[in-house]
Amino acid sequence: MSGEAQTVNPVAPPTGKPTRAGIRLPGVGESLNKGLVVTYLGLIVLLPLAAIATKAFEDGFGGFWDAVSSPQAFAALKLTVIASLIVVVINAIMGTLIAWVLVRDEFRGKGFVNSVIDLPFALPTIVASLTLLVVYGKDSPVGINIAFTQTAVVVALLFVTLPFVVRAVQPLLLSLDRDMESAAESLGAGKVRIFWRIIFPNLAPGIATGVALAFARALGEFGSLVLISGNVPFKTEVSSVFIRGQIESDNLVGASAVSVVLLATSLLLLACVTLAQRWGLRHDR
Amino acid sequence: MTGSGRLSRWSLRYVALGYLAMLLILPIGVILVRTFDEGVGAVVDAITTPDALHALRLTLLTVIIAVPLNTIFGVACALIMVRGKMRGKSIINALIDVPFAVSPVVVGLALILVYGEGGWFGADLAAIGIQVIFSTPGIVMAVIFVSLPFVARETIPVLQEVGDDQEKAAETLGASSWQIFWKITLPSIRWGVSYGVVLTTARALGEFGAVTIVSGRISGETETLPLFVQKQFETFNSVGAYSASLVLALLALATLLALNLMRRKEN
Repeated sequence: MSGEAQTVNPVAPPTGKPTRAGIRLPGVGESLNKGLVVTYLGLIVLLPLAAIATKAFEDGFGGFWDAVSSPQAFAALKLTVIASLIVVVINAIMGTLIAWVLVRDEFRGKGFVNSVIDLPFALPTIVASLTLLVVYGKDSPVGINIAFTQTAVVVALLFVTLPFVVRAVQPLLLSLDRDMESAAESLGAGKVRIFWRIIFPNLAPGIATGVALAFARALGEFGSLVLISGNVPFKTEVSSVFIRGQIESDNLVGASAVSVVLLATSLLLLACVTLAQRWGLRHDR
Repeated sequence: MTGSGRLSRWSLRYVALGYLAMLLILPIGVILVRTFDEGVGAVVDAITTPDALHALRLTLLTVIIAVPLNTIFGVACALIMVRGKMRGKSIINALIDVPFAVSPVVVGLALILVYGEGGWFGADLAAIGIQVIFSTPGIVMAVIFVSLPFVARETIPVLQEVGDDQEKAAETLGASSWQIFWKITLPSIRWGVSYGVVLTTARALGEFGAVTIVSGRISGETETLPLFVQKQFETFNSVGAYSASLVLALLALATLLALNLMRRKEN
């Protein structure tokens, strides 16, 4: 990286002519930058979110509570949270396993498998939904039909959240010192014990980060569920789909109330990730 | 390696690969085959209808507006996060990630509440003839929101890693801030920025949830390519849906290739 920068010639301020550096007021560039960033963030992120919070409590806390605790809203929230929990548990296990195989195992086509992991991030969610419906819908070529069931909700969420844990665990596994494992082995520790006592504690921060990000994504996921879940109220309707329904029937207070619940949960999770990372950094020093 | 060691290694490998095959490879493969069920001609016909072409143009237009704006923002943001010395950095740092935590549908709702009919600024904007919701500006804003963090997130660590020795050297030699930025800083962070740009583009091309709420889904007017896929599927034109999906999937594939090339360059 820094080697590339050296190919650029950083010299030669023209002599004789006064350069712009000569009249530069220190800090002007920085405050201009800061103004730009703060304005952009304020207009694009903060203002719209403030509108949601305001709308959700337009009829007071009672109105907010009524909207959130209505049977259909509650069923949607419950399905969303339970499906997301199932999804992150599977992700924690399978993601770690996939990262392990990609780092420690050698087989032909490993490079291909490694690059395919990012596909769910690159593929538009509606394409993911259509794709899953074609394979696991009523004309399934493999004879598995899960369309319009709660299983479909979980499978779609598994698809879109696949990369989080894998990509969080992989770098940790790469930098893990194998000497510790050989030392433990020569002292007579079994494979299971080595995993739980040495490998797992080192991977745990990555798994936790990946799980939190995957959970936040799963809570709000919409596009990948639209076609395959069927959006049946009380059965396969997740919160984001419920919110869309409320918007379409012009109940903006109800839509905002459920949005606030989703938002608060995700933001709390993100804050935890940030704190955990900061704690991890302090630990490293 | 012992017999049982080899067995456990193989079973781990095939459990992992089997999972990926069922979840990723098989679905993508099947849709590729299904798309061409009725021949290449049908696919070409499906993606050259006026509505399909309009959807493609609108999608590209949003990308052309959203990606440069988010790139400028992301680089500016990374610069003040890493090089800046002011207070409030941790607040900005937390805010950058917010779009990742917000459901796309919630983004759409938020834009309606601010710019829609009966929203905070909806009436004022309508009075001067600007329609945001159910129109292109709303779609662009939704896309900007959801793809906001990528460039900043990819650039910050790279900027931290390169350090500021060369910038300081250039400054003592009399280079202006702009010279330093264009000749030193930007070239040294270009892979980080490019990586972020590719991720932003991928997200902007494929955004569905936020756009579906703010666009009104009018074919030939406010329909982007992902919305076109859904409309075709719901009107039982599966060839149309598959073909448009193929276009999006190919764009995703190009993204993936670009990411891999950059990762290789970085190392």
